[in-house]
Amino acid sequence: MRVVRGHDAVLGTACASCQLFCVLVVNTTKLAAERAGTWNLRRRAQHVATHSQALVIGLLAVYVIGVAIFVPQILSWQTFRDVVIAMLPLVVAVIGQTFVLIVAGIDLSATAVMGMGSVSAASIMTGTGGYLAGNALAVPAGIFAFLGVGFLVGVFNGICAARLRMPSFIVTLATMMFVAGLAVWYTTFHSRSVSISNLPEPFRRIGYGTVLGVPIAFLLAVAIALVAHGVLSRTLLGRWLYAVGRNEKAARTSGVPVERVVIAAFVISAICAALAAIIYTSRVETGTPVLAQNLFLDIIGAAVIGGVSLFGGRGTVMAALMGVLFLTVLDKGLQLLGLSLFMVLAVKGSVILLAAVLDVARQKWSGPR
Amino acid sequence: METETAITKSQPEPGDDLQAPLLSLHDVTKSFFGVTVLHGVSFDVYPREVLCLVGENGSGKSTTMNILGGVHIRDAGEIVLAGADYKPRGPRDAENAGIAFIQQELNIFPNLSVEENLFMGRFPQAGKRLPIISFRRLRERARELLAAVDLNVPPQASVSALSPGERQLVEIAKALSLDAKIIIFDEPTTSLTSRESERLFALIERLRSQTIGIIYISHLLADVMRLADRIVVLRDGHVVRRGPKAAMTVGELVNAMVGRSIETLFPNRSRRGATGTTVLEVQGVSQPGIVRNISFSVAEGEIVGVAGLMGSGRTELARILFGLDPFEQGHIAVAGQPLTRPEPSACISAGMAFLTEDRRHEGLMMEGSVAANLELAALPDYASSPIGIIDDRRLHQRMAAMNEQLQIKCHNLGATPVKTLSGGNQQKVVIGKWLLRRPKLFILDEPTRGIDVGAKQEVNQAIAQLADQGTAVLMISSELEELMGMCDRILVLNRGELGGIIERSAFDSEAILLAAMWKGIGT
Repeated sequence: MRVVRGHDAVLGTACASCQLFCVLVVNTTKLAAERAGTWNLRRRAQHVATHSQALVIGLLAVYVIGVAIFVPQILSWQTFRDVVIAMLPLVVAVIGQTFVLIVAGIDLSATAVMGMGSVSAASIMTGTGGYLAGNALAVPAGIFAFLGVGFLVGVFNGICAARLRMPSFIVTLATMMFVAGLAVWYTTFHSRSVSISNLPEPFRRIGYGTVLGVPIAFLLAVAIALVAHGVLSRTLLGRWLYAVGRNEKAARTSGVPVERVVIAAFVISAICAALAAIIYTSRVETGTPVLAQNLFLDIIGAAVIGGVSLFGGRGTVMAALMGVLFLTVLDKGLQLLGLSLFMVLAVKGSVILLAAVLDVARQKWSGPR
Repeated sequence: METETAITKSQPEPGDDLQAPLLSLHDVTKSFFGVTVLHGVSFDVYPREVLCLVGENGSGKSTTMNILGGVHIRDAGEIVLAGADYKPRGPRDAENAGIAFIQQELNIFPNLSVEENLFMGRFPQAGKRLPIISFRRLRERARELLAAVDLNVPPQASVSALSPGERQLVEIAKALSLDAKIIIFDEPTTSLTSRESERLFALIERLRSQTIGIIYISHLLADVMRLADRIVVLRDGHVVRRGPKAAMTVGELVNAMVGRSIETLFPNRSRRGATGTTVLEVQGVSQPGIVRNISFSVAEGEIVGVAGLMGSGRTELARILFGLDPFEQGHIAVAGQPLTRPEPSACISAGMAFLTEDRRHEGLMMEGSVAANLELAALPDYASSPIGIIDDRRLHQRMAAMNEQLQIKCHNLGATPVKTLSGGNQQKVVIGKWLLRRPKLFILDEPTRGIDVGAKQEVNQAIAQLADQGTAVLMISSELEELMGMCDRILVLNRGELGGIIERSAFDSEAILLAAMWKGIGT
């Protein structure tokens, strides 16, 4: 008991010093930016702060090395594999969230979409009383149900935000509550417990299967990331998304169909949530309405840590990936260190807060994206 | 040609009598990050006079005023205010010392009432120590102040319900209540209608008769020539010209400001008048309360101006044509095709381009790079169907080629944020954005507003060039001189109606003003 406590204290110190380091980095960057006499130096200091991917990677490396002193197994292949597999649903959901954040919106309904998609698809596919139990079409129909839920919620959110000009925060908060409630209610018709199990084997294989040793879910997430990156950086829709996020009026005056672009962002976000739900449901092998409840905070937190701006107009898929990686590694490290759940939450909370501080600072010195 | 060397020392001037100056600046110097922006600026302000300060953007006017207003602290030099050394450490010090700064962006609380704004921070109290506001005394004193600036609104009215001109009067009333010795006006007329400007000028005349010194900063030389007793010209942080108005002409002022003589602000166009086919056809366009029964057309290669007072429907007409605002009756056709769906995107695909008067909020993404702004309107032309992949190489080649012609001054098109550019260069970015689309019709709303004389010339040059290449141009300006210099025809709007169409051969500023101010005159 005492040993464990002593251990905890050491770890706590380690954690605190990591956080201190974060604070120091932020402050020195800021100070450097303010004090630097010449324009050039000032620009360079701001550059470090505004191109936060380098900053995130640096912090991550310091953190991993710091944790490795106490728990060397963080550097093992097994841990790496665990982290990568664990972050896949979050990666996909955060990529979707990035699209909405770029147009200066926010999508709080992603976890509800994941839960609703999960139970509706499971109710179709399950071997015990599913609508298409045993049918060859069960899995395609289930996948269709996931995406259908995502599409409907996304279109609804988008129309409320774009056509009716409602703040996306309140719209998606309302859909989140409604859809999450609906998912629980829907489950009661299909299962005595809180989840729907006995999903067909081909569907479960998405979660555990591999192709040439690479997990299918990983390949799926990589494909989604590549497509999303392509859309944001190379296509008309991508440019329009950034334009709407930076200055909606100027975008409209320049012929950008603002409403359609905003609706597209919400649909993409909800479809990504549905895709994340496919990966997650197949891994836990049951459909459950509370599928992604633990991700609620992480989705927006990860995006902000990576450097996607809450003010709109700024964010990339790479930033989203970095944010998720950071948050998942942080989580894993704290678990390995044996910290209690509330301690983990507190640390995550402070890291997200720091990221938000940096976002505000970046907004102040912002250059082009 | 250099007009003259910089004047560095303040000398007594003829016609100043023996009166002591209210405010004198001696060799005021200021630098930012190693760049000197004020090189020993000296001038005096006397009571009962209007001193106009003119100069291009970046000439040091704002820095000088910010030093007076306590926003910046001078590096060297002396300032004497009413016989005492003046060294403000903040805007509060300046206010207490009697310097009031009426700014472009009015610092006023729109959600509060007029009286609350007037006495913000020093409400009259009921009783000596009681922290309770005496609204009776507040109202009385507010009434007196509003009467002094001739503003007829109830003191309890919300400021958000006032027009920009009325808000400005509230600010002036506030300055008076603070016993201001010096009132600084920085571009006060930019957001005012001409009627409101007239009212402001009348008020300034009245203030002049009190023992107040007034510093007036403006780009509008007509206003300067009208108001000034003396004029100080700044260029690159030096005082290059200083003297009584009577000794200066507008031409001399412009020369002193730009440091070279401008042949003409308006380019000479080889080809004039409607040469090609009709591009824009407007027939009987009406929107209740905005415009009524407007009909005209613009042909290829023609520059048509729109004159009219503020509130005459000039800007509103442009916004209707570009699909930003709705209209109830009438027809609009571009290149023979009727516009059925009034939406900017539809207008743009029909070949229209629109330069808005509100560059910061509607024209540009200030945070974005120059390239991100330039490409915005033309993007669909460079996107493959059906996925819409952008051909960045072709796009950047085209942007670079266009910039050869436009000469936007920036380090790197792809990296320099637009907000770091000067007003003139920002305006060129807006123009460039539309040039990439090779528009058939370009609607320009106040293309030279808020930019300095040199940039004005360049912008006008670009517009003329565009027309020479066959684009139909519809140009709105509140500077009549500019319309007369640039246009082939001028439409005059009067309270939402077409007051007349005047051909170039018949251009006459009086006739145009008359058509703008009286109904039914003109052709």
